Amino acid sequence: MIDISTLTLRSARQALDKHEFSSVELTMATLESIEKQEPNLHSFITVLSDDAIEAAKLADQKLTSPAQSHQPLLGIPTSIKDNFSTQGQKTTASSNVLDNYYPPFDSTVVAKLKKAGAIIVGKNNMDAWAHGSSTETSDFGPTHNPHDLSKLPGGSSGGSAAAVSANQVIAAIGSETAGSIRQPASWCGVIGFKPTYGRVSRYGVVAMEATLDSPGPLTDNVPDAATLLGIIAGHDPLDATTPDVVVPDYAKNLTTEIKGLKIGLPKEYFMSDTQPGINDLVKKSALQLEKLGATLVEVSMLDPKYSIADYTIIQRSGVSSNLSRYDGVRYGHDRTLLGSEAKRRIMLGTYALSSGFYDAYYLRAQQVRMLLKRDFDRIFTQVDAILAPTSPSTALPIGSSLNHPMFGEIADVLIEGSSLTGHTGVNIPVGLIKGLPVGTQLIANHFCEQTILNLAYAYEQATNWKENKL
Amino acid sequence: MTYQLICGAEIHVELKTKSKMFCGCKNDPFHAGKPNIYTCPVCLGLPGGLPVPNKKAIEDTILLGLALNCTIPPVSHFDRKHYFYPDLPKGYQISQLSEPLCLGGYLDTSFGRVRLNHIHLEEDAAKMHHEVVGGKKVSLIDFNRSSVPLVEIVTEPDIKSPEMAKEFLKKLRDIIRALGISDCDMEKGGMRLEANISLSCDGSLPPYKVEVKNINSFRYFANSMEYEAKRQAKILEAGKIPVQETRGYRAITKSTASQRGKEGAADYRYMPDGDIPPLTISDQWVKEIKLRLPVLPSTQIERLLTLGIAENSANILIHDSSMMEYIDHVEKIAPEFVKKLANDLVNKKFDHNQIKPEQYVKQLQSSQSAKITDEGTLLPIIEKVLADNPTVVADYKAGKSNALGFFVGAVMKATAGKADAPTTNHLLRAKLEA
Repeated sequence: MIDISTLTLRSARQALDKHEFSSVELTMATLESIEKQEPNLHSFITVLSDDAIEAAKLADQKLTSPAQSHQPLLGIPTSIKDNFSTQGQKTTASSNVLDNYYPPFDSTVVAKLKKAGAIIVGKNNMDAWAHGSSTETSDFGPTHNPHDLSKLPGGSSGGSAAAVSANQVIAAIGSETAGSIRQPASWCGVIGFKPTYGRVSRYGVVAMEATLDSPGPLTDNVPDAATLLGIIAGHDPLDATTPDVVVPDYAKNLTTEIKGLKIGLPKEYFMSDTQPGINDLVKKSALQLEKLGATLVEVSMLDPKYSIADYTIIQRSGVSSNLSRYDGVRYGHDRTLLGSEAKRRIMLGTYALSSGFYDAYYLRAQQVRMLLKRDFDRIFTQVDAILAPTSPSTALPIGSSLNHPMFGEIADVLIEGSSLTGHTGVNIPVGLIKGLPVGTQLIANHFCEQTILNLAYAYEQATNWKENKL
Repeated sequence: MTYQLICGAEIHVELKTKSKMFCGCKNDPFHAGKPNIYTCPVCLGLPGGLPVPNKKAIEDTILLGLALNCTIPPVSHFDRKHYFYPDLPKGYQISQLSEPLCLGGYLDTSFGRVRLNHIHLEEDAAKMHHEVVGGKKVSLIDFNRSSVPLVEIVTEPDIKSPEMAKEFLKKLRDIIRALGISDCDMEKGGMRLEANISLSCDGSLPPYKVEVKNINSFRYFANSMEYEAKRQAKILEAGKIPVQETRGYRAITKSTASQRGKEGAADYRYMPDGDIPPLTISDQWVKEIKLRLPVLPSTQIERLLTLGIAENSANILIHDSSMMEYIDHVEKIAPEFVKKLANDLVNKKFDHNQIKPEQYVKQLQSSQSAKITDEGTLLPIIEKVLADNPTVVADYKAGKSNALGFFVGAVMKATAGKADAPTTNHLLRAKLEA
C-alpha cells in the first residue's frame, strides 16, 4: 500500500518513472485516503473517482513512452478548489446556486495542470463563493481541521488545506482574495503560496474581486509549491490582467543560500492582542532565518487595522458586481438559494457603489489602497521580504464564524494589506500551540516569488517545525 | 409664447470588427443563421469568463473620434454598468463612464455646429425573442449579439430643429460608413438613436429633459422632436414643467408615450472593471490610426464643388466610390470634362463601367474637334437666327452686350452644338456691327 504522507510531487514522479507503482495504484491509494477520511474531514465536495481512474490508465500508457516523460505531473493525483471551472465536472463554488452547474470549459489553471499530466481526483470544499475564512459558510457543510476535528480549517481554501494536511492528496490548488490560501495553510500546518496578482490566470475561476483574486498552490513542502507555481504561472491571452513576465523555473532555482537577503519585521504586525505564543514562535522562525544567513531589521509600516475596512469595502463592492450574474435566469435556481453571507456582502457592496455613496466609500477605499501600496513600495526599497505572523490565532472552534459577519476580515488582518497591494506571500508552518499549527508569512515584492520560496525552503530544510511546541 | 427646441442625441453604432468586443467569437449577428452559435464562456457570462478588449474596436473608435475632431486622451478605461435584464448575462454591461476613448469634438451642419460630449466604447447585449412555443408564451435569448462592440456617440444639446437633426444624423452616418467601421443598418439595429428633448424660452438649458427611445430612423427622430415640441409646449403654456422621464417613440401615431419616470431611474452603480487594465493611448498609436483616415464626405463635396459640379450632384456622387474613382481618373487627364462627366453620370445615366475613362475623354475631344468652322455653312444659320429675333438685335445695338450670348446659344442649338464657338462669335459680331 502506498503511503501518501511519504510522497512529494517529485518523489511520486520518480517512483512512477521507475515503475515502483503505477498511476492507477497511486490514484487508488489517493482515493482510498480521501474516502477513509471524508466522513471526518469533509474536505471535498466532489470526488471524481471514475474520471480519475480513467485518466490514470491513460497516464500509465504514457509513462511507458519516453516521449511523454517531460510532463512534470504525469500520473499524479491533485485536488482543486471548487471555484475552478472543470470541463464537464460539477463546479459549485460551494453554493447551492451552482449545485447543478457543469462548466463547458476548463479554467486556465486546470488546463495547465492537465497539460502537465496531473490527474484531478476531486473538487475541494470552500466557503460559499469563497466568502469567508472558515469553510463553514459552505452550503454543503463545514470542513474540519485534521489537527483537531472540533476546529475550523480556516478558509476559504479550507478544503484544499485540510486535504493536503491530512495526506488525502499530495498537493492541491486554492485561490486567495485576501488570506484564502495563507490563512487555512496556517491553521492546517501546510505551505500556502499566494502569487503576485496577475502571476496566475484567473480565467475560469468563479470571481470574487477582479483586482485581488490570485490562484495558488497548497502543499506540504516548499519544492512542491515551487513546482506547481511554475506550472500554473504565466501570461494568459484569456486574462488581460496577466502581464507577459517571464516565469522562472522556480523549482530548479530553489536554493538554501539566503545570505545577504534582508528581512523586515514590521512591528505593527506583531500585535499585542495576537494569541499568546504566536508572536514568539514567529520571531523564533525569523531568528532561524537569521542564523541561516539572512539579515533581520525591524521596520514600521501602516497599521494593518486600516486594511480591514479598506479591504471590506473593495471586496464587497466587487462581490455585489460579480454575483449579479446569478440573477435566477440561468443555472436552474432562483436567487433565494444565495446564502446569508453572500446576501450580506451583496447588500454592503451595493450600498458602497450607490450613487451618492461611491465617493465616500468605494473611491475613498481605492485612495487608501494607494497609500497602502506606497507603504509597501517604500518598505521594498529597504528589504527583500517582510516577515510576520500569518494569523493572529490558531484554528478556532467550529461555529466561531457563524454569528460574526466580520469574522474573516478580522482573521485576515495581517494578510489584507499585501493582498490589496497585489504582493506575493507564503505561509510556512513554524510550530504548534496546544497541537494546533502556527504559521509565519513571508511577503515579497511583485514577481519576486523566488525570494520567498528560497527563504521558505532554507527554513524548511533546516527545521522540523513540529518540534517547536508551546 | 415661442419656444426654442433643445435636443441632444445619443447614437449607438455596432462596429463590424471580425470578432466580438471582449472574446474571440465571430461578430456577425445579422447573418448567423441560427441563434447562439457565436458564443463562448465570456459572452455567455459564465462563471470565470474574463473580458479581453478587442484592439481593432478600440482603434475604430479612436478613428471615429479623429474624424469628428475629438480629443484622444492618453488614458482610458472600462467601467461596469450594472442592471438586471435577461439579455445581460453578467448583470452588468462593460462600458465607459469617466474616461472614454474620445472627448469633445463636433460636426458642422448647414444649420450650425453640433458639439459632441464624448464617444465611448461598450458591448452590446444579447437579443430577446418573445415567441410562442408549443402553445406557451416564452422569452428566448440569442447570444450571437452578446458583447458585439458598440460605440456610443453623445452630443451636446445643440440640435435645434428636426431638419438639423436629420442633416446631422445623415452626415454622421455618411462619415461612419466612409470610415468603413460600421454598416449603420438601422433596420437591423446596427445603428440606434435616442433623443433628449426639452424646450427653452430663451435658449438657455431648461431644468428638465425628456429622453425618447425606440427611434429606428432619422425621420422618426425628427418626428419625435416635432411631437415633443408640441406636447411640452402645451405643458409649459399651462405653467407647468414637463416631467423628467423616458418615453418611447410610437411610429404608427408619430407620438411618444411614457415608459419610465424619474423615480424609476436606474442607479447603475458604475465601477471600474478590474478585469481590464486601464488603456494607455500613446501619441504614436494615435498617429498610426490617423493614417487610416480616408477623405471624408464633407471634404469630398467641397472638392467636387470647386470642380464646378452642382451640390445636388455632388451629394449623389460621393456615395458611389466607383463613380468617384472614375471622376478622379478623368480629372487627372482632362479636368475640363469633369463637370460634363458629373452631369452624364447623375442626369444621363451614363454607364461608366462600359467605357474606360481614357476612351470617354477621347470621345469628348474628338466630338469637339469636329466643329463647324466653315463660314459658308455658318453664315446662313446666323442670318436666320438674327432675322428670327429682331428685338434681341435691337437690345444688342442699344448696348446690351450679353445679348451676344443669346445668339451664340441659338446657333449652337441650330447646329446641335457643332458650331465652332470662336468662329460663330466672330461672324455674329461682324454681322451685328455691320
